[in-house]
Order: sequence, then C-alpha cells, then structure tokens
Amino acid sequence: MAKTKKTIEKEEIIYSELVIDDAAYITLHNKMHSQRKPYVPRNPKLIKAFMPGSIPEIFVKKGDEVKEGQELLILEAMKMKNIIIAPFDGHIKSINVKLGDMVPKAFVLIEMK
Amino acid sequence: MSIKQKTLDLKKRMQDALQGGGAQAIEKQVAMGKMTARERIISLLDPNSFHEYDLFVEHAAKDFDMDKKQLPGDGVITGTGTISGYPVCIYAQDFTVAGGSLGLMHARKITKIMDLAMNLKIPIIGINDSGGARIQEGVNSLAGYGEIFFRNTQASGVIPQISVILGPCAGGAVYSPALTDFVFVVDKISKMFITGPEVIKSVLGEEISMEELGGARVHSEITGNAHFFAESEAECFQQIKKLVTYIPWNNSKKAEPFPKKAPKTEEFKIDKIMPADPRQPYDVRDVIKSISDNSEFFEVQELFAANMVVGFGRLNGQTIGFVANQPMVLAGVLDVDSSDKAARFIRFCNAFNIPLVTLVDLPGYLPGIDQEHAGVIRHGAKILYSYSEATVPKVTIILRKAYGGGYIAMCSRHLRADFVFAWPTAEIAVMGPEGAANIIFRSEIKNAENPEEMRKKKVEEYKEKFANPYVAAAHGYVDAVIEPHDTRKFVLHALEISATKEQLIPTKKHGIPPF
Repeated sequence: MAKTKKTIEKEEIIYSELVIDDAAYITLHNKMHSQRKPYVPRNPKLIKAFMPGSIPEIFVKKGDEVKEGQELLILEAMKMKNIIIAPFDGHIKSINVKLGDMVPKAFVLIEMK
Repeated sequence: MSIKQKTLDLKKRMQDALQGGGAQAIEKQVAMGKMTARERIISLLDPNSFHEYDLFVEHAAKDFDMDKKQLPGDGVITGTGTISGYPVCIYAQDFTVAGGSLGLMHARKITKIMDLAMNLKIPIIGINDSGGARIQEGVNSLAGYGEIFFRNTQASGVIPQISVILGPCAGGAVYSPALTDFVFVVDKISKMFITGPEVIKSVLGEEISMEELGGARVHSEITGNAHFFAESEAECFQQIKKLVTYIPWNNSKKAEPFPKKAPKTEEFKIDKIMPADPRQPYDVRDVIKSISDNSEFFEVQELFAANMVVGFGRLNGQTIGFVANQPMVLAGVLDVDSSDKAARFIRFCNAFNIPLVTLVDLPGYLPGIDQEHAGVIRHGAKILYSYSEATVPKVTIILRKAYGGGYIAMCSRHLRADFVFAWPTAEIAVMGPEGAANIIFRSEIKNAENPEEMRKKKVEEYKEKFANPYVAAAHGYVDAVIEPHDTRKFVLHALEISATKEQLIPTKKHGIPPF
C-alpha cells in the first residue's frame, strides 16, 4: 500500500514519504495524488443522487414500508424526470430532501432500513 | 479605370478588410489583455514573412438578416510565413469580427490552409480565439467543424500540428486542438471547455468560474490537455518559436540539425546529481542537462504528471526525445497520467523520426484504489504499446531502481530498445529489496527470535544478490554497465551507429492502442 508519513525538510523543498512495497521513498506529492478522494464502499441502504438535480415529487414518507421496485421520488436532472425506486423491500428510515430542493451529486436522498 | 485607379481601389478594399471588426471591437480586445489576430501572426512569424490569402472571402449566411452584414475576412486570417526560416501555414481567428464565430466560409478558409499545409508538407499553426459556432449559419457551421476535425486526423503524424488557445475555445471547437500535437495556453486568456459555467449551473446547479473550470492552469496541471503554459502571449510565442526548431517539417524528414555543443559539465556534474540510496530524491532533469548539447532541455507538459519528465534536447546537434522518471515527484512512479503523457510524447517522436532516449529510475506502478478505478491497467498499457510500436532508435539508460512492471515499461530490451545501458547504481529486480525480502523470507522473519533484526539481515542479503545491474547484464538484457560520466559518449555512439536503423513492422491498417 502507498501511504504518506512524516515530513522531512531538505533544501527548502518539503519532501514527504511515499511507501511502495515496504520501501519509504523521500519525494514530493503532486496535486492529483494528494487530493485524491478516499474510497467509500457502496452502501445500498443509502439512496443517493446519481446526478445533481432537483426534487419535484416525493411519493413516500418517513416510516413507510416499501417493496422492491416501488417509486420513492423523482430526481429531475438534465431536464429528465428520473424515477428513483427502492432497491429492496424495506423501511424508510429518513428522507433528507423536501419538494423543490436542489441536490448535488451523491447527496443522500433517502436512508432505508 | 486606369491601372493606377485599379490599384488604388485594391488598396482601399484591403484597408477596409484589414480593419477587422473595427476600432471599437479592437479596443475591447486590447482591454481584455489580448493582441489582435493580425498582431499575433506578425509577432509569431519572422519579420515581413507573413503572406495573407483569402482576405476578400465573404460569409455565406443568408438568414436572420445576415446577408446585410459584412464580416471582414469572415473572422479568420490565413496565410503562410516562416519562423526562424522554417516554413509554416498559419491561421488566426479574429475575435473582433463577429466574436471569431465559425461559419461556413470561415471554416473553408481554415480547411483550405490546412490542405495547403498537407500538400506542401509543412507544419500548421492554428490560433484559436472564437465564441464558437455561428448560430445564424446553423448546420453549416457544424459542417465546418467536422471538416476541420477530419483534416486534423488525416494530417496527424504527417505534418506537425500546433494549436494556440488565445481566448475562448468552447464546445465542439475544443476538439480541433485536442486532435493536434501540441496545445499552447496563456494564463488568464485561454479558456477551454465542452460546456461552460452557465450551462453547468443551469443544468446541474454547480457553480464554478471559467478560470477554475477550463483556464490555462487547469489544462496544464490537471487535465493534461495543454502542453505549454505561458504567463503572456509574448512568452507563448517564444515557446512556439523554440518548439518549431526541434521538430521536422513533416514525417519524411528529420528535424534540422543544429551546431554541435558540449554540455555544461561545470554546472551539471553527472557524478554528483543522483544519491546512491534509491529512496532519496533528485531532479532527473539535471541528469538530462548533463548529457544534452549546451545542457538545454525543452520540457513538454512540465506541470502535468510531473512524476514523468518528457521533452526535447539535442545530442551532437540532432533532436532527441527524452523520457525520464522523476524521482523528485511521487518517487517517479508510473500512474494513469504519467503513462498517458509519456505514451503520447513517444508516439509523436516516433511519427516524426526523433530518436528516443529513456532514463529509468522508478519503483513501479503507483498502488491505490483511485489508480485502479481510474484505469491504470488501460492507461499503463499505453506506454508499453507506444514503446513497442516505436521504430526510431531507442536508447535506454537505467540510472538506479528499475523494479517490476516499471522496468519492462520503460523501454526495456524486451520492448526492443536498441541499446540498454546501466549505471553501476542500477537495481534491476522484480521488486525493491524491502518488499521482496518480506515475501521470500516471510516465515524466516516471522519465526526468528528477533524478527526486525532478521528482516534487516534478509533485506541486506537480497540487496547484495539482486539489487544491482549484473544479474540483468548476465542475461544480456543490459548491453553495458557504464560509469555515469561516460553516458554521453555511449549514447552519442549508439545514436550514430543507429542512423540507418530499419525495423519492419507487420503489415496492418493500424494497431488498436489502448486509448
């Protein structure tokens, strides 16, 4: 695994360590590498916006029991009304949006149980 | 009318056309910190060398009252000239005329000069400064773009194509530069994107400035769309003038030779640049400068994927493409961006008969979920493909570490390097000593009374046996182990002796590289 550790100063350039195959290399880290997003495993219980968009309709409320395939809400993005459906039989734990909200990509719209 | 009168009439017509969009529009252009299209051409080309064609072309738009409007030169200036005596075809979009918008005749002027460049077999330079398609001309302006893209693709690998972005270049217009060999951008002036901030805001609700979305810095550091970054238009033109001297006029020629010059060995002492410990950083560009003529190195994509260094230099006056791992950044690893960057540069050099000199010092490919998910398999394959495909003389020097897949990828013997040299500091092995010892001697280390002590002992053992150039040399994978200060001598001889190199490639329409 690659990971960064303590910082070592050398001739005004601030180097840090990059560990590859158990060897720690003294080096600079470029923007792309140091600003990379940590990986988050997919959680099917979190219904997320697959695109940024708005919420023109919500069909369920907190506490509802829903069946797999049941319509939960509409996410309007790129002028298309996308029907978001329940991925499995379950229970609506919380709804994090209200009518007319604009949501960014990957925003958690609904949490299911 | 007498000849004199006719000449006066011509002068009058020319004067009208040369005014472009008129004083007001020119004032606006200057206020944005930009030169006018004609000023740009004149400052880029040799004095008095520019010859303009199609000055009297008129636009072909009929709808929306456009037939009543006059657009001088239809918003683009085209012609031929020289840069340091090297012939070029050139066009520059004139933002002062209808925002440099691209209509049918505007596109025809561009495709005409592109066709000329192809027939004359000389480089084409395009200066982009345009608001995009001329909406009033409808599908004709789309046709115009398509005709340009087609020609860009046909010309690819035949004549060098240079794009200069000196203003907006948005929507479909970005694909002409993207299809060309080198893209030049200027800070705060160049803007490139497919969809602009306004569309992104209205469709996605995300807010971003033009500069942050597609400014010069973004394309130089993050996207890799640009190859040369300048602070001003003047600096940008200096870069283009320099590049032109390094590249040939077309794919059947070699770059023009320069007078031979020795490197500045006082400033760049080849024996003192690199620390022997493979974990310590240094600037590999200093090694290039300790080999190249007059210690000159003209770097391409300096700000993008800095863990890989690519660029031009000369050896005994001949243009060379240098490809080198940069231990100073990310230990010089191969990753998605650096593989992409190197592969494209290698293909340019191969297409235009520029020999490749590769300097190797890398721990391998960069581990990480982000890299795997970004397609490091597909992108990493590009470097293998481009080195294997290249038939120009290929000389490889292994400076220090060359581990695992990284060793193979960096123009190893196995990808048909003509010459592979190694410094005595080279470590050619399947992986670094630490990692290898931990795997091979896992049980010994685990069962030892003092595992840490045992680990150290085994790492040392492995280093002694395998972290050197002699195992590879024993198999003939390395041609010679050389002292660092003999590098230039060996490389010069290798290139001299490969001047007549001929390598046959299997008959095919074209390969299918892992783009």
